[in-house]
Amino acid sequence: MGNEATFITKNFGKYDPMSIDSYLSIGGYSALKRAISMDGEDIASKIAEAKVKGRGGAAYDMGRKWSQSRGIKAPHKVVICNADEGETCTFKDREIITHDPFNLIEAITICGYTVNAQDAYIYMREEYRHLRPRILNAIKQAEEKGFLGDRILGTDFSFRIHLYSGAGAYVCGEGTALIRSIEGKAGRPRMKPPFMKVSGLFALPTCVNNVESFAIVPHLLMDDKREYVSYGSGESLGTKLICLGGNVRRPGVYEIPFGTTVRDIIFDLGQGIPGGHSLRLIQFGGASGKVADSRILDTPYTYDDLKKAGVTVGSGSVLVIDDRTSVLDFLRMTQDFFSEESCGQCTPCREGNLHIKLILAKMARSEATQADIREMTKIAKIMSISSLCGLGESAQNALLSAMKVFPETFELGGEN
Amino acid sequence: MEDVQMIHLKINNLPVSVPKGTKILQAAQSIGIDIPHLCFHPDQRAKARCRICSVEVVGNRRLLAACSTEVWEGMEVFTDSQIVRDTQVGILQLIMADHDKNCLTCARNHRCELQELCARFNIQIPNVPDVTKDRKAENTNPSIVRNPAKCIKCGRCVRVCKDTQGIEALTYASRSDDLIVTTPYNLSMEKTDCTLCGQCSLVCPTGAIVEKDDTQVVLNALQDPNTHVIVQVAPAVRVALGDAFGYESGAIVTGQMVTALKMLGFDRVFDTNFSADLTIMEEGSELLHRIQNGGVMPMLTSCSPGWINFIEKHYPQLLPHLSTAKSPMSMFGAISKTYYAKQAGVPVKNIFTVAIMPCTAKKFEAARPEMGRDGMRDVDAVLTTREFIKLIRYVGLSFKDLPESEFDSPLGTGSGAGAIFGATGGVMEAALRTVYEKVTGKEAQPLEFHDVRGFAGVKEATYDLGVRKVKVAVCHTLLNARKMMDRLEKGECDYDFIEIMACPGGCIGGGGQPYDTTNEVRKKRIEALYEIDKGLPYRKSHENPDIITLYKDFLGEPLSDTSHHLLHTDYHQVHKLYEFE
Repeated sequence: MGNEATFITKNFGKYDPMSIDSYLSIGGYSALKRAISMDGEDIASKIAEAKVKGRGGAAYDMGRKWSQSRGIKAPHKVVICNADEGETCTFKDREIITHDPFNLIEAITICGYTVNAQDAYIYMREEYRHLRPRILNAIKQAEEKGFLGDRILGTDFSFRIHLYSGAGAYVCGEGTALIRSIEGKAGRPRMKPPFMKVSGLFALPTCVNNVESFAIVPHLLMDDKREYVSYGSGESLGTKLICLGGNVRRPGVYEIPFGTTVRDIIFDLGQGIPGGHSLRLIQFGGASGKVADSRILDTPYTYDDLKKAGVTVGSGSVLVIDDRTSVLDFLRMTQDFFSEESCGQCTPCREGNLHIKLILAKMARSEATQADIREMTKIAKIMSISSLCGLGESAQNALLSAMKVFPETFELGGEN
Repeated sequence: MEDVQMIHLKINNLPVSVPKGTKILQAAQSIGIDIPHLCFHPDQRAKARCRICSVEVVGNRRLLAACSTEVWEGMEVFTDSQIVRDTQVGILQLIMADHDKNCLTCARNHRCELQELCARFNIQIPNVPDVTKDRKAENTNPSIVRNPAKCIKCGRCVRVCKDTQGIEALTYASRSDDLIVTTPYNLSMEKTDCTLCGQCSLVCPTGAIVEKDDTQVVLNALQDPNTHVIVQVAPAVRVALGDAFGYESGAIVTGQMVTALKMLGFDRVFDTNFSADLTIMEEGSELLHRIQNGGVMPMLTSCSPGWINFIEKHYPQLLPHLSTAKSPMSMFGAISKTYYAKQAGVPVKNIFTVAIMPCTAKKFEAARPEMGRDGMRDVDAVLTTREFIKLIRYVGLSFKDLPESEFDSPLGTGSGAGAIFGATGGVMEAALRTVYEKVTGKEAQPLEFHDVRGFAGVKEATYDLGVRKVKVAVCHTLLNARKMMDRLEKGECDYDFIEIMACPGGCIGGGGQPYDTTNEVRKKRIEALYEIDKGLPYRKSHENPDIITLYKDFLGEPLSDTSHHLLHTDYHQVHKLYEFE
């Protein structure tokens, strides 16, 4: 496995995830100890220097996010760990929670220290309920050892972590829907501003990060040898967890250095497509991600290169679809997902998903006209530029990108 | 006054300066550009749900919602670029595709915000197929009809019910294209926390929530030669009706209104201001009786039917605080079927009493079994101001050209005290004018009680009656009513008398008033009522000569047996269906 790295996953399998003593024996909590001797701004700078981008999908500069959160003065602030992981073909956070829960708890605590928060909420998708005991155990043991609770490690820093499960809606991975869900309200996004960093959970300043984003931090703080930044180049430094799925022989989560080619991901790590089938398309970054065909195979997996090739990193998923599934069937499957998961409050997303679903069905019945295709394109564009939240904005990424990559799918014999 | 920071921006290349905090929508309005909007309502927090106000802002990849985006220095906005037009029209078409398009038979035909936008954008053949679902209308209570098939999910009703009224009888259910606005557990409205105040019907941009239409009932009665049809008009109607006929907000159109009613064929046109004075006589006397005899204090007013529904459902344990006096509408009804019948020499069974009210809950009140005798209703039909407007249009009256005329006698004279019933604080002031004089034996100086006036949500004041001070409070909206009742329960209300009105601003802001009743409009109507009060020969209820005659000839004294029988009522806890006992 020449393409795999072990930076974020370096603790995986090295300790008993139910035992803090086991975690401490491999050097656990050294990062927190180091962090509390540092100024919060220096922690944020360290993350910024490594150019860590949020791993939930939006790829926002994480050091900057922590610094901005830190800059907001308020007596009570909160940190949220987004473990909703609802994107299709995305399961990296599950692996982190399963194999390295103490690192996550340590990371969230470091975030709390950095941004001067008092409480953190882990919002975990309902499907991961089997991992609840693991997280609750980690929190409890951390409290017992004085790594959480009042006056952590003898300092003035007091911090608590709470675990919260969603009820299964994809849209609750969206920050504002997520906080509403924790607040006991229906999980529907709200307009911004106010932005989360100013007024988030319970109207308190809130710093939200993805599980993988957090998981990097303790390792980065202890990375005296500057291993992390030795991977990748340009704006894409370090390593990334990818979720390889679909028609590959060896699906799973892999930690890759940024810059690994898509071909190496699919044909080396994933050992290629089974059954002698050929590649139809790859969707990057979950259901809300864009698609590419085999022309992307030699593209290095970096933020910039993927963007140039017309796709994005997104959630880190790489979904491989072989020639047994047509482009149209794939798009209909993706559309069914969004037609189910739209929260329904804003017009473009509520009504747009419905009409596009109907036109795709017409295409499948060979009844669609060029006018239908034009209308579908128009609706998809309206959705992406005018929806209330990121779900509506990105729901038609697959369709709009497929129109560019697979124009033949949309060339109909029909008139008009 | 503080210096307001001005923000300089450009809209369609035109320079605009507006105070910091202004939204793009209002900034555009300030230079005469109307950005289309549906979920936006001037009295509500921005929702940014319908997205039809999406505009282009230079430097932003996506369009921004004009209703919720604050302007910033140097901002460049385009409201009519190709992408904006395509998006706005596209969204409109998407809304239309999921909207019951039976416009010709819709209650909102010609008065519909969605229809106006379709006309404005010259929507002809829709580009997308009709996707309306079979959603049945709910028509189970006397006040409000819901037509979910006409709902565009803008959320204005949900917002007014929650934020203004604190009720939350309307909410969203389901998601994606199944999203609907509905009641908790999909119960019919009267079985929920709903008070039938009708504020939802006032803010709805389409025909999805409307008052139950009783215009045909009234037209039929007017056509029947054997029926003696009389009408009473609430104080708040005369300062709102003009809005629909090209008058400025707050115009006083009493004279034209009376003429219109006469031309519609009503046999007698009377004034609820008269029975408002009667209410003061009874309610004021009840207050004094409670004070003098150690009754349950503080006493709460009982004229607002939305408020009555509220307390019966939400605070039944506080019902003994409610004045037993019926509302002016119901007092009028009772008098019309007794005293008036005798006076006019018309058999009671032939009298049909119509009430024109700014209110949807009045329809429910009139249908209460307590509001009648021997199986006969005191008020046979209630029309909202909006239905009244429809009747005027129906018979083709050119309202603005009508001459003025006077109310009929003997139930047509109201004092200034009766007139101000329509404003928050008005009932309190009217009561104070009479109670002060009854207790002190002196004229109140000054006659006007300004501390209880104005648009503040809760007002309080203390007045010295010589023998005793009275402490009073006034609140409007059910959200404020709830806060007041919570305080009362905790024993934190040392008031003697509390006036409560369900709707913002009082009856002038009622759920049955003309569309486009905003808080700005409400304030103008309140001013108009005080204007009417100033110009009247009698400004105190007990000086109304028709009231004096009524007591002399028929009722005897306030709180007499006859009064109790006709003009007072009692209240009952109403169980909401989902309160499982």
